[in-house]
Amino acid sequence: MDDHKIFKVSRRDFIKTTSVGVTGLLIGVSVSCTDNKKNLTGDPQSRFTPNFFITINGSGDVTLIAHRSEMGTGIRTSLPLIIADELEADWNRVKIEQALGDIKYGDQNTDGSYSVRMFFMPLRKAGAFARTMLEQAAAKEWGVDVSTCKAVNHEVVHTSGKSFGFGYLAAKAALLPLPDENKVTLKSPKDFKYIGKTSSIVDIQDIVTGKARFGLDVNIPNCKIAVIKRNPEPGAGVKSFNPDEANKISGVVKIFKLDAPGFPTNFFKPLGGIVVVAENTWSALKGRDALKISWEKGKNADYTSSSYIANMMKGAKSKGKVRRENGDVDKAFKQSKTILEAEYIVPHLPHSPMETPCAVALFKDQTCEVWAPTQDPQGARKALAGVLGIDEKAITVNVTLLGGAFGRKSKPDFIVEAALISRNIGGPVKVLWTREDDIQHDFFHAPSAQYIKVGIDKNNTVDAWLHRSVFPSIGGTAVDQANEPSGGELSLGMIDMPYDIKNVRCETQQAPTKIRIGWLRSVSNIQHAFAIGSMVDEIAFARGVDPVQNLLDMIGEDRKIDFTSLTKELENYNEKQEDFPWETARFKNVIRVAKEKSNWGKQLPKGSGQGIAVHRSFLTYVACVVEVSVDANNKITIPKVDYVVDCGLAVNPERVKSQFEGGASFSTSIALKSEVTVKDGAVVESNFNNFFLARMSDAPLETAVHIIETNEKPTGAGEPPVPPFAPALCNALFAATGKRIRQLPVKLSA
Amino acid sequence: MATYHINVNGQDQQVEAMPDTPLLWVLRDNLQLTGTKFGCGIAQCGACTVHLDGNATRSCGLLISSIGTQKITTIEGLSAPGLHAVQKAWIEENVPQCGFCQTGQVMSAVALITQNSNPTDAEIDTAMSGNICRCGTYERIKKAIKRASTPKPN
Ligand code: FES
Ligand code: FES
Repeated sequence: MDDHKIFKVSRRDFIKTTSVGVTGLLIGVSVSCTDNKKNLTGDPQSRFTPNFFITINGSGDVTLIAHRSEMGTGIRTSLPLIIADELEADWNRVKIEQALGDIKYGDQNTDGSYSVRMFFMPLRKAGAFARTMLEQAAAKEWGVDVSTCKAVNHEVVHTSGKSFGFGYLAAKAALLPLPDENKVTLKSPKDFKYIGKTSSIVDIQDIVTGKARFGLDVNIPNCKIAVIKRNPEPGAGVKSFNPDEANKISGVVKIFKLDAPGFPTNFFKPLGGIVVVAENTWSALKGRDALKISWEKGKNADYTSSSYIANMMKGAKSKGKVRRENGDVDKAFKQSKTILEAEYIVPHLPHSPMETPCAVALFKDQTCEVWAPTQDPQGARKALAGVLGIDEKAITVNVTLLGGAFGRKSKPDFIVEAALISRNIGGPVKVLWTREDDIQHDFFHAPSAQYIKVGIDKNNTVDAWLHRSVFPSIGGTAVDQANEPSGGELSLGMIDMPYDIKNVRCETQQAPTKIRIGWLRSVSNIQHAFAIGSMVDEIAFARGVDPVQNLLDMIGEDRKIDFTSLTKELENYNEKQEDFPWETARFKNVIRVAKEKSNWGKQLPKGSGQGIAVHRSFLTYVACVVEVSVDANNKITIPKVDYVVDCGLAVNPERVKSQFEGGASFSTSIALKSEVTVKDGAVVESNFNNFFLARMSDAPLETAVHIIETNEKPTGAGEPPVPPFAPALCNALFAATGKRIRQLPVKLSA
Repeated sequence: MATYHINVNGQDQQVEAMPDTPLLWVLRDNLQLTGTKFGCGIAQCGACTVHLDGNATRSCGLLISSIGTQKITTIEGLSAPGLHAVQKAWIEENVPQCGFCQTGQVMSAVALITQNSNPTDAEIDTAMSGNICRCGTYERIKKAIKRASTPKPN
């Protein structure tokens, strides 16, 4: 296969090879072109590389670096679009090159819905600097003032009408010093050509023809295939094993033990187990099936998720550690006219991206090259350096397309596995995780138990809010001491509770981590939005107020909420509150628009209902209205979902929409289908025959996504669809059936 | 190991494999046709969908020894070098997100459209229910299938 070659071609060769074809084309054009005032191209070998993200060659080809990982959000398209827009490049002349893992690009860890938020300005500047230098180069050529030169669609045009192509200017711009920042002006948003407009993803043709290369598809010469039998109890080791039967399988080449890390495992260490290396996948799988292994029992051999959750719920009902306290809830409850109490449970959830974890590695002469669908190539590089004991410079991390990730592929454990196996066998290897491996050995979303108590006073105002959230912390996967949710985890939907309530207390309890816990799309916003979004709906009914009006009542006046005065622990998605304040007006706006767009309160037949929930996560404000209908057999159908999204300026609105459409389906899985349980240390579910995801017949029939038009700073779109969906759906189920749902996944017959 | 002769995308191929090897791994490992994906290995997700004499089939559950002379079509042979009407519709509707499930989805959709040029919503649901998309592109898949379908004359 060609992958090896494709990946091995150096950046310079890449530029050279691609320029040949285009140069030919352009020479053809200019020869037949009568307008000889136009100089389009220069020496094809020349290159203008004003920064790590942009290269323009003498033929006018623009190569832009995509430094974040493509896992379905469209980021490989959207970030280069930002550069191209400021650069005034013609998008049809742009080639995208995926970056290796390297700190020179800045942050490459593609998670937290912050790719656009973090890189919108830096990449605009990168584009604007290059554009300015091209304009300066043209001005110099013509001996005119630079203010009379303007880059327009791959050319710099003088006020007199004459112009130079970017290709022609490349060599000349390359000789100029970087301009002062104050000489560089960013475009006015009204002049954006690509930002805010619809653009198809750059990989679409390859995807629908099967040419797109995911991690699973990487193939380098002489590459062996490895699968690993891991202890059902994550982190525990191997007592003994017998490889004899496995060795008899044709094609099996080597069987050996990979040490187990114990528990906590940490995020980068492989789980260990028995490795079967074979000539092909089927031999490896058969060999693995034929292994006889006796497993050690580790410290979590007693972990059973049902009793663990029951225990957490006990904790949630008694006084815990205070994480936010305003006013005096105990005193307020004494005077409440109405008190509401509810308990909420969300189970373990796996990521289960359609492409299971996989990686190819070649360890050779104290260097290591890997090809992997990783969200975090720099993290992988660092992990590899640590585990292999070699310098980071000796490690090359190639990032393939990711067949989904949702947080799973930010952990490099599977890449480290590949590297260790390659070192052991002295040649290239691909590690494959089967679906069973994936579901049973994931970094799971934490199971959670929550308790919320609300007091409504004699004026029908909510004046007391007590919320306890209990779940094992992600940190517990790395260190024993992290046995209570962190401030960061609570900032995802709990202590940033925005409602204008005088007396508030948020508490947590200890819950030791007993299996690998990780971050799943929107993380603890999942359970917090479910609990709060459901409770707020209960409040509406207790107050006798329409749920939409209730939300508006509870959020209160237009203001920027100053959380620093409310809790010391809030992390505003790593942004300063003054840069990205919590604005109630934006929250109210998405609610009002949702009311209108969803035709809230419309007449629906018996067994149908609408529900609403609103949530700000990753600095994006989202209102979600779900319409459900439930038939006589309790079958749930979702005819319509309306999302209203304020994510600041939407760079690629089409991809924002697709994230929300997909988010509705992803969240349907969480709300109605998915659950992972653990018994005696081992995960019970194993594949799509006993672990369920939404299929076409389960997913919403229509998801309308309404994006608020604004020039506010862009925020995120990958994760924000998820949090409000399940509570909106459950509130709709209440409207349809009169049943309150407080545990996911929904079981209506229970 | 045994030798098998199979017809893939109109070409006769000779492959060495164990008799119980699923076609999926023969395509991917022996023939380097990696457009056909692995998602579950137990005929539950549709990522590995190919056509066997024109019928959508999960290649992960199809043993190489059971194929005989039946003709196999994979995404690579669907319509190359051009695009099939279903692929065009996929592009026009901007269906894919991560893209991993999409070749399997396209293969299922093409089999459906070939056998039923104007499927109803319910028929689409049934034909496509074996294909999971974790990214949740179902609504657009449905739109693309409708775009590619031909309304019945009169
Ligand atoms: S891999 Fe064949 S159906 Fe999932
Ligand atoms: S597009 Fe990602 S799984 Fe379908």
